[in-house]
Amino acid sequence: MSVPTPTAARPQRWRPVFGYWLTAYKRTWRGSIFGRFLSPLLFLLSMGLGLGSLVNRSAGGVGGVPYLEFVVPGILAAQAMWVAMGESTYQVLGAIRWQMQYHAMLATPIGVDDLLLGHLTYVAAQVTSATVIFMAVAACFGAWASWWVLLALPVTLLTGMAFAVPIFAFSARQEGDSGFNILFRFIITPLFLFSGTFFPVSQLPVWLRPVAWVTPLWHGVEANRSLALGSPDALAVLGHTAYLLVFIAAGAWVARRAFRGRLVT
Amino acid sequence: MTGTDDDILIRASGLTKAFGDFTAVDGIDFGVRRGEAFGFLGPNGAGKSSTMRMVGCVSPATGGELRLFGQDPATHGPDIRARLGVVPQRDTLDEELTVEENIWIYGRYFGLSRREVRSRATELLEFAQLSDRAGSKVEPLSGGMKRRLTIARSLINSPEILLLDEPTTGLDPQARHVLWDRLFRLKRSGVTLVLTTHYMDEAEQLCDRLVVMDHGRIVAEGSPRSLIEQYSTREVLELRFAEDDHGAYADKLFGVGERTEVLPDRLLVYTDDGDEAAAAVHRLGLHPLSSLVRRSTLEDVFLHLTGRTLVD
Repeated sequence: MSVPTPTAARPQRWRPVFGYWLTAYKRTWRGSIFGRFLSPLLFLLSMGLGLGSLVNRSAGGVGGVPYLEFVVPGILAAQAMWVAMGESTYQVLGAIRWQMQYHAMLATPIGVDDLLLGHLTYVAAQVTSATVIFMAVAACFGAWASWWVLLALPVTLLTGMAFAVPIFAFSARQEGDSGFNILFRFIITPLFLFSGTFFPVSQLPVWLRPVAWVTPLWHGVEANRSLALGSPDALAVLGHTAYLLVFIAAGAWVARRAFRGRLVT
Repeated sequence: MTGTDDDILIRASGLTKAFGDFTAVDGIDFGVRRGEAFGFLGPNGAGKSSTMRMVGCVSPATGGELRLFGQDPATHGPDIRARLGVVPQRDTLDEELTVEENIWIYGRYFGLSRREVRSRATELLEFAQLSDRAGSKVEPLSGGMKRRLTIARSLINSPEILLLDEPTTGLDPQARHVLWDRLFRLKRSGVTLVLTTHYMDEAEQLCDRLVVMDHGRIVAEGSPRSLIEQYSTREVLELRFAEDDHGAYADKLFGVGERTEVLPDRLLVYTDDGDEAAAAVHRLGLHPLSSLVRRSTLEDVFLHLTGRTLVD
C-alpha cells in the first residue's frame, strides 16, 4: 500500500467539506436550478405585473415608485432567506442524525469548525446562485432601475447567511423535524410578509415596527431597495450591511457552541 | 507490559467517561502494542463504544490519561486522527452516492489529492472485493458489502491503527467470515487492530489480547487462551432438563465438576473431563434431555466473572 501524504494544512480543511456537499448536490441539481428560474418568474408575474398594475393604477405605485421596482428588491432578499432556510434545516439535522455525514467527517482530521465553515460555504454558494438567477430573470422584466443593483448581490448573500447561520444552530439542537414546522410557520413566514417586502414597514402598527427593525430580512430589503432604485443612501446601506454582519457573527458564535454541544460528546 | 514506548501505540490510565451522573467508562487502564489485535469484549452498555470514541479522538475524556502515538487527543486530535482508520458501529456511508465516490470523498477529508484518492480507491475496492460494484449506488448493497466498503474507506489514509466498533454485528455468518478474513490480512500487513465485540467467537478468532469489560470497568485482561485457562476449566458439560427451573438441579449436582452455572434454559458444569462428569450425572440417577461436552470459551469466562451472558 502506498505511503500516506501529509494532511492538508489546518486552514484548508473546510474545502473537502464544501466539496462533499457539492458532490451530494449533483443528484438534485437539475430540479433545483429549474425551481430557481421558476420562482422569480412566478413572483414577477403575480406581484409585479398582476398586483403591481392594481397598485400603480389606484395609488400611483409606492411613494411614486412603480410597484414592480418597489417589490422586486424586497423579494430578492426574501428569496435568499427561503433558500438559506431550505439548505440549513433538514440537511444539517440529517448530517447529525440520519445520514450522519458529520460523524464520518469528524473521524478524520476535520474538526467541528471545519465542517461548519465548509457546510456554510456551500449554503453561501447556493444563496449566491439563486440570487444571480433571480437578478437575471428580473432584469429581463425591466425590474431594475439602476446598475447600483449589482451591489445588491453581496447584500442579499449576507441577508441569506444572517438566516443560515442561526438556523444551523437551531437545527443542531433538534431531535426531530417538528421544530422546522414551527420555524417555518411562526418565524420565516411572518418575516416574509411583514418585513417591508411587499409594503413599507411604516404601514405596520407603531408597536410592531421595532420587531421588523431587529430582523435581518428588513435590513436586507431596505438596503436592496435603496440600491436597486438607483440613488442609494450610502450611510443607510452601510448601516444595514453592518447590522447583517453583526447578526452573522453572533449567529456563528451560537452555531459553534451548538455544534460542539451536539457533536463532541 | 514489555516492549519499548515506541511499540505502545495506545496507552490509557484511569480513563473515565461520564455523561452527567452516569459513568460509562470508570477508570480503565490498558495499552495496545504496534501490530497486535486488541479487543474489548463485553455486553451492550459495558462502555466499549464510549472507550472507542475516546480512542478515536472524537469524544473528550472526562478523566484519566490517554495517549495515542505518545500524543494527547485533547491537543493533537487532528494529527492523531490522520493516522487512524475508523469503522464505526453504524455505517456512515452516503447511500445515494456511488461506492467509489464514498471513498474519494473520504480520502479528501485527509487532504489527499484527487489523483491519489482515485488510485488508492481502486486498490481498496479490490481488497474489499467490491471492484465490480465501484460505480453502483451504496443503498442497494447488502449489509456485508456496506461493512466492507466502510472498512475500505477507513483504509484510505493507510492508517497505523484501525478502530472497529462491533465490526460484524448484524451480519450473517458467511459475511462475517469474509470480513474476518480481510481483517486477518490487514493484521498480517502490519496494521494494529483495536476492536469491540460482544461475540466471543469474534474475540477468539481475531484478538491476540483482550480486556473483558462490564459496567464501565475492566474485569480481566489477557490472551483468549490465558483468560480461559485462568477463569474457566478445560471443558464444559451442558445439561438440559425437562423442567423450566434448572436451578433446582444445581444442588443435586453437588460434587460433579468444579462448579456449576445456572442459565434459564440449561445448566453448565465446569470440569476438566466432561465425559467423566456426564457419567457422574447418570450415576446420580439424573436424566437430562440432552448433554453436551464442549471446550470452554470466552463466554464462560465472562459468565464466571460477571454472572451474566454476553448476548441476551
